[in-house]
Amino acid sequence: MTYARVVWKGLVFLTKRNSTSSWFLLLVLFQPLIFATIAFYMFKSGGREGTLLYAALGAGMMGIWSATLFGSGGLIQWWRWEGTLELAVGAPPPFFFVLLPAALSNSIIGAYSLAATLLWGRLAYAIPLHFEHPFAFGVALASTVLSLGLMGLLLASSFVLYRHANALMNLLEYPVWVATGLIFPIALLPGWAHPVSWPLAPRWGIEAIRDSALGGGGIWWEIALTLALGLVYAVAAFLFLRLFERLARARATLALT
Amino acid sequence: MTRAGVTTFSRIFFIGGAISFRALFSWITPWVYIPTLLITPMFQLLFFAYLGRTAHLRSDSWFVIGNAVQSASMASLFGMGFAIDGERWSQTLSSVLATPANRAALFLGRALPVLLNSMVTSLFVFVAGRLLLDFHPPLAVVPKLALVVVVACFSVTGLGMTTGAVGLRLRDVPIIANLVMAILLVFCGVNVPLDDLPRWMSAVAQVLPMTHSIGAARRLADGASIGSVDHLLLTDVAIGIAFGIVGFALLRWFEHEGRRLATLDRA
Repeated sequence: MTYARVVWKGLVFLTKRNSTSSWFLLLVLFQPLIFATIAFYMFKSGGREGTLLYAALGAGMMGIWSATLFGSGGLIQWWRWEGTLELAVGAPPPFFFVLLPAALSNSIIGAYSLAATLLWGRLAYAIPLHFEHPFAFGVALASTVLSLGLMGLLLASSFVLYRHANALMNLLEYPVWVATGLIFPIALLPGWAHPVSWPLAPRWGIEAIRDSALGGGGIWWEIALTLALGLVYAVAAFLFLRLFERLARARATLALT
Repeated sequence: MTRAGVTTFSRIFFIGGAISFRALFSWITPWVYIPTLLITPMFQLLFFAYLGRTAHLRSDSWFVIGNAVQSASMASLFGMGFAIDGERWSQTLSSVLATPANRAALFLGRALPVLLNSMVTSLFVFVAGRLLLDFHPPLAVVPKLALVVVVACFSVTGLGMTTGAVGLRLRDVPIIANLVMAILLVFCGVNVPLDDLPRWMSAVAQVLPMTHSIGAARRLADGASIGSVDHLLLTDVAIGIAFGIVGFALLRWFEHEGRRLATLDRA
């Protein structure tokens, strides 16, 4: 069995499974619609109705981040609770390739958020869904989902070292929404906060998505940065996982929470 | 109620409530409490304040008040949910309900620490707003805002009693709490003026906890007197009592059904 087959089969299975999870659906459909609704009314009340597509894209991207954070952040911990972690680690393919489809499926499910907020905006608020560069938009979205999936892999591999991973996941949802300017310009934040977003793929991903949808320069540069960060996350996750797996085997702590 | 009855009621209410809170929430260490109940609401405030600036909607002060008051809902809804559902997780629900203890003392006693906890969250977000955003209420307004926080926390804890009671029947208490919290965020005029919401949403908001407290707090911050907003505060108290009664009735009903069908420990 090739690694590609492991990844593909895992991706299909986990995407189907997550698509039937009420918790996941709440996270990727209901929550983004709530935030999109609030943002729509805020922009309308502020007399900035021309920015509703901007708000829909941002709210959708917030959902992708939430799915990545909560879906992947606690992945290893959940497998421990379910009693499947030892089987996953003990399987013949490297653990990296077993975990990869799970992380990717989380961000793919997260992309439902963007579809939901765009559809919601169209149906409820008559937002015209006219994209300036449709092809670039598709590439930007795919790149962002891939990169966030790899970021999820890094979260999954590093959060396992932290006993209170759930609290850490709660902690990181809003700050990343704020720091990466998903729904408002980063320029509004204090200057010292700007560099925080540089190593975060959601920042470049949303800029690529926004520029391709609303019109703007530097789309391919932003896509390249998003993908490059994804590659960095993958390498870091690979190293983390090797270290974690070796330590867990040596100390016989794989199944211990 | 006899004097001995009052003593027993008070003992179960205060001491029982405190002990059960400590037992059920023993997993809340500072490593969990600070990120979840302090830092997250603070970033929620920053998120909406900056979104408000982008939308050119209202002042920072307006968002600080709305989000600080609403932030109490997290501790209240999740707290009450877990105060009841947690007994099932720890497999002590049957033992608790097998006691002849007065149910009002038993369940309301669990609400008191939750209410106090939600006040801490709310007050922390007010302080964060003061330090991080353009929110500078006169000193004389601070006690008035504190009173509003007490009222709002009472009101939303009443709602938490209802959602927590549903946890005796449904498995996913956190999902219910999340849903209700989202509804409060959208409907209660936290980040969007009620006048700018569709009429039906404004109407729903009138029967939800926090709507009136948030409105009262904003007026107080603008210099109004307590007397001019007392009707808002009393309305919120009444809403809290109403939800509390509904929650208590549901608890008794689900307890009765759980005994009859032998499903207390199942969800």
